[in-house]
Amino acid sequence: MRGHLRALVFAGSVMVALVLSGVAGRSVHAEQAGTPEVKIDNFSFGPATITVAAGTTVTWVNRDDIPHTVVSADSVFKSKALDTDEKFTYTFSKAGTYSYFCSLHPKMTGQIVVR
Amino acid sequence: MEQEDKKSADLHDDGVDRRGFLKCMAWAGTGLVWTMSGGVPVSQVFAKSIGKQNKSADLTFVQISDSHMGFNKPANTDVIGTLKTAIDQINGLGTQPEFLLHTGDISHLSKPEEFDNVDQILKSANAKEVFYVPGEHDMLDDGNGKAYLERYGKSAKGAGWYSFDKKGVHFIGLVNVVNLKAGGLGTLGQEQLEWMEDDVQHLKHSTPIVVFAHIPLWSVYPEWGWGTDDSAQALGYLKKFGSVTVLNGHIHQIMQKVEGSVTFHTARSTAFPQPEPGKAASPGPMKVPAEQLKSVLGITDVNFVKGKHSLALVDSTLA
Repeated sequence: MRGHLRALVFAGSVMVALVLSGVAGRSVHAEQAGTPEVKIDNFSFGPATITVAAGTTVTWVNRDDIPHTVVSADSVFKSKALDTDEKFTYTFSKAGTYSYFCSLHPKMTGQIVVR
Repeated sequence: MEQEDKKSADLHDDGVDRRGFLKCMAWAGTGLVWTMSGGVPVSQVFAKSIGKQNKSADLTFVQISDSHMGFNKPANTDVIGTLKTAIDQINGLGTQPEFLLHTGDISHLSKPEEFDNVDQILKSANAKEVFYVPGEHDMLDDGNGKAYLERYGKSAKGAGWYSFDKKGVHFIGLVNVVNLKAGGLGTLGQEQLEWMEDDVQHLKHSTPIVVFAHIPLWSVYPEWGWGTDDSAQALGYLKKFGSVTVLNGHIHQIMQKVEGSVTFHTARSTAFPQPEPGKAASPGPMKVPAEQLKSVLGITDVNFVKGKHSLALVDSTLA
């Protein structure tokens, strides 16, 4: 239930962000940038740090033979266990630095910088 | 002096002194029999003699680990088959174990059917009692480990820790796979540590202790997360005891170390091997030629002899 509400809130803020960026004439630009992808390979996130514009959806894909998770250190987002080739996406609506890790193998860490 | 004598006697029997043992500690490819006498470990290379040496043992149990039921990648596409082989092997031991210890990663993804499959296969073991601790792969249900607890940890504390006694040996099952922190290793946590301190407080110093947990409770290779952040505190509670054996899994290979009266040992997996520390880009499943697979999977037979204060571990492969 809470997850649903949170998803709605995020969807709402994404729409606001899109509208705002549309007004500023940057929506086309943002779409050309595509959806950045973080590959999980050999027990690491690559690239370990990426910088995206607010409103960007980031996709993680697990290329390992072992499941991993993508969990925000500040509990902002949390994937289920991703088996081989499974994906997780999250849309970053607010600027900030989001540190995350794999809750199964916490030595695996990464960062999304949202401007 | 008596200890020295004992040591000499054992050296005579086993033919390997402490220095030899230390040499053997490096990546034992085949297996090793080792005993502890007066706190001094002695060893001999294991030569397919399971059960023969310890007919007089007062307590025999077997550790299995990392069955990863549900795993179906090239490193082993038949984890059901290899677990069955492990159980057949246990049923064929000269001395039948009183119970089994499973040190976690029972399942690969915590799915009910994965746990069901393991339960079904373990029913064919002659030993009917099985004690579990969870691995990180057993905590992946929506309830973050609720499914594990409902199935295996009904009488356990917290995330699944507990203790029990068998023939004068005190067993402590610990959980170091929950609430892991970014950048960190395995974690026991304050609540569990306090419970453990209390749990061992009333025990006599002469009580042999066996601690079992999934992730190694010693620093095997922190770069790959193979260690537990607060294990030193846990081991601190065990300093007064003359015989402490720590059994772990997680790293899918045999590693052993002796520190004072504490002996550490990790078991092979029944599912797939992992590389030696630093010998690969990551600790992921290691693919070996199909005909070699069973020689890198295995079980650990543990024997305790009352009065002799010795605890012997015998690793054997599934080959």
